[in-house]
Amino acid sequence: MNTLFVIAGVGVLALVAEIINFKRWLTIIVMLGLAGALAFLPLYTDNGKSDPIFNAMLLFDGPAVVFTWLIVLITLLWLWMSAGYLKEGTHQADKTSLVIFVVLGAVIMASFNNMAMLFLGLEILSLSLYALAGSKKDSLGSIEAAFKYFLMGSFATGFLIFGIALVYGASHSFDLGHIFQYAVNNPDTLPGYFYAGVLLMMVGLVFKISAVPFHFWAPDVYEGAPTAITSLMATVVKIAAIAAFWRIFGFIFGLTAPLWTPVMYGIVVLTLVIPNITAIYQQKAKRMLAYSSIAHVGYILLGFVAAVQRGFVNPLFIIFYLAAYSVSSLAAFSVLMKVEENGGSFAGLYYRNKWMAVTMLVALLSMAGIPPMAGFAAKYFVFMVALAAGQLPLVLLAVVTSVISVYYYFRIIISMFDKDAPVEPVVISWPAAIFHFVMLILIIVLGLFPSISPLSKIMGI
Amino acid sequence: MSEAFLTVFLILFPMFMFLLMVGMPHKNPKWLALAGTVVEFAVSIYMWVNFDPAADRQFAVRIPWANSIGITFNVGIDGISFPLVLLTTTLIPLIILSSSDKNFNRPSLFYGLVLLMQSALIGVFTSFDVILFYIFWELALIPIYLICLIWGNEKEGKVTIKFFIYTLAGSLLMLVGILYVYMSSDGGLAPAGFSLTTFYELGKHLDPRTQGFVFWMMFVAFAIKMPVFPFHTWQPETYTKAPTQGTMLLSAIMLKMGIYGVIRWLIPVLPAGVAEWGNTALILSVIGIVYASCIALVQTNLKTLVAYSSIAHVGLISAGVFTQSVIGIQGAMIQMFSHGLIVFGLFYLIDIIQHKTGSAEFKDLGGIRNVAPKFTTAFVVIMLGSVALPLTSGFVGEFLLINSLVQYQVWIGAVAALTIILGAVYMLVAFQKSMSGEAQPHIAAFTDLSMGEKVVLYPVVILIVIIGVYPGPLMAVSEPAVTALVNSLSELTSSIRP
Repeated sequence: MNTLFVIAGVGVLALVAEIINFKRWLTIIVMLGLAGALAFLPLYTDNGKSDPIFNAMLLFDGPAVVFTWLIVLITLLWLWMSAGYLKEGTHQADKTSLVIFVVLGAVIMASFNNMAMLFLGLEILSLSLYALAGSKKDSLGSIEAAFKYFLMGSFATGFLIFGIALVYGASHSFDLGHIFQYAVNNPDTLPGYFYAGVLLMMVGLVFKISAVPFHFWAPDVYEGAPTAITSLMATVVKIAAIAAFWRIFGFIFGLTAPLWTPVMYGIVVLTLVIPNITAIYQQKAKRMLAYSSIAHVGYILLGFVAAVQRGFVNPLFIIFYLAAYSVSSLAAFSVLMKVEENGGSFAGLYYRNKWMAVTMLVALLSMAGIPPMAGFAAKYFVFMVALAAGQLPLVLLAVVTSVISVYYYFRIIISMFDKDAPVEPVVISWPAAIFHFVMLILIIVLGLFPSISPLSKIMGI
Repeated sequence: MSEAFLTVFLILFPMFMFLLMVGMPHKNPKWLALAGTVVEFAVSIYMWVNFDPAADRQFAVRIPWANSIGITFNVGIDGISFPLVLLTTTLIPLIILSSSDKNFNRPSLFYGLVLLMQSALIGVFTSFDVILFYIFWELALIPIYLICLIWGNEKEGKVTIKFFIYTLAGSLLMLVGILYVYMSSDGGLAPAGFSLTTFYELGKHLDPRTQGFVFWMMFVAFAIKMPVFPFHTWQPETYTKAPTQGTMLLSAIMLKMGIYGVIRWLIPVLPAGVAEWGNTALILSVIGIVYASCIALVQTNLKTLVAYSSIAHVGLISAGVFTQSVIGIQGAMIQMFSHGLIVFGLFYLIDIIQHKTGSAEFKDLGGIRNVAPKFTTAFVVIMLGSVALPLTSGFVGEFLLINSLVQYQVWIGAVAALTIILGAVYMLVAFQKSMSGEAQPHIAAFTDLSMGEKVVLYPVVILIVIIGVYPGPLMAVSEPAVTALVNSLSELTSSIRP
């Protein structure tokens, strides 16, 4: 699809910016390029049916289109937020093009129709990220993060490939349609190694979405990487990983669900409980946000696995959750970046820069799931889906962990309103201030009007 | 149908004022906020004049909102919501006036948050869509939390976070309960949406065991808000640490959200659940009455004493509601209004004492009567209202409530009536220790009521007496609605019990 060509073209263009010297306008050009890429996406009016392209390697069906929209839009917001990070120091062109390749990988992960493409997309995304995580070359933490991420990431990729190979062995195909048909045609004679392959693929993908117990890399990597890259990992990369997970497990392996749902339930319980409790003990806001990002995966997976149990997984609620979470997290990370530039303490932030504190307040309330913010509507959908599948105990567990999460989110809020803190004002540039304001509005608007039915038409569901 | 939008106006106007005040800081936010709330008060009085108690929902508006998930902006006013709307619109201007001699840091934000609070409270009392109700219910928590955190007198925010987590835990359980009613009813999204009538229908058709289960999920949320024993542990600390205006908002208006929730969203929805567990809830409430009264007896600080007395009074209201009788619920309606006035008055009196003497501990007080006769008179009237002396508003409500409890079961009524005796004891002891006796030197400088204080206290005193002498108009507002509610309940209960 032309979208991919455009994104790849923008990436290459960013690479050569260093040579033909238009770095000054690079971020703007890249943003325009990405927005242009959206124009090439098919717009469905009533159903999301579409034909596979590139010898059935990719399939831009309804969900893929919506996931792509989300990925690109969040990236645009991210580029706006991180213009400062990209410009700072040397290698502006390299960093920008790596980010674009992350997006390229992410879009492939949302639209693959062939296991080989899944692998390719995942690797394009991961390799770019390894380099980005280490992009602050004078910081030991950043290098440590890159190294850890690389080691653990390649390990997980190994699992994924092994899983793909086993599934191929059983079904004689990489093509998702064929694998699906194979599972439909031989429901009782599936060989044991097919199941082993499914579980290994699950491990590989769950690692990428950093669910417990495959999350150990995440806090260290999130903390060490430059904050802008951390926010990229928490938003765009997470959306891509969940999109891929949905494509494989919500769709292709849906029929073999009885095999892997018990494992998923275990993962959900762990992912709800452990990060939420660990986050309480964090002393750094960045690390706390890392754990919170893991915890949110728990809610998404809770809805996901409950929906699998009822049959088809409508990705709408996942997309809404990801959108709400990404917007809230971008707002929080943006404030965090500005705070880091100004001494790194949240204490008394309200008295130092009112609007920054209000943005952070709304972002945190949204992540904690308090109405009328976006995060509430997102959790509302998840609870709804899970209750429809009769998962009352898990929903109650999710309620308990939500309440726990309030405790650590509110530690930042309490600190921001600390009256005895130093009061040197924090001054931020006006684009950053406008960005904060836009995020604030987005969080509230998404929360007040969580109407997702137009999307459901696009997806033909 | 232009009048229909008055409810919407009542909800959205304070929110608009909040945005205005926070977005464009004003030179004199106190008076701007006061002007806004006076407009609200005037509108609510106009609505009272045009209100027809016998009719069902009025000033009702139903606007599709988030259609895909079935939420409508479905608001209106009936006999059960109207007294509480009136209470809110009456008390909020008084609460703002009561801060007239205070100079808060960041007044725009403070008064803005009070207005946001008003918007959320009226939203809670007028929502006829359960998810909308829930959204307003939670929305009310944010401003009060920030008020307590920013202007309260504590360092670490530990008490306020306890308060927040406590109430949020209850609310989330309620949300799960609400969604559970939908999910187990037809195994999917409710096509008819979340309106009150749909919700009543769905609730009734649940099997009794599920109803009992959902009952607890929702009751806990309301019980924490009120608070009913044993869910009250957040309350005394929060009342003491919050700024006075925050305490007034919490005790005078916000706890009524819990009682209103029980009347509107619990009892009619889950008849079998209430039939099974209502008695337990009632007994918990009665235990709370005695327990809180006894603790109030040994308090040495006026503010904590009133905090505990508030638990006792609310326990009585909650017990009356769970009798599910007309007089019980009518008593609750009138007592909610009266308790709001009285507790507001008491906290304001304490604030004045604290402001002028620097302490609310009994050991630092005494002898105020000798130097401040007008202040003492106001104190006496409000206190007598609190101990339910005949001819005060407190008497009307408590009489009906205890009457309903005696009819429900004599010994429960007898235990609950202890509240009047114990209440009289601790309030009179409090009066004696703080007001009579020899004036200590620093008390001698106690100045009597200023003009600003009179403007706040005299309306409260007058209202307490008027409602006590002539409660008819206020009772007439809610009577038909309460009777209809109880009738529909008894039909249901008789159909459940063969």
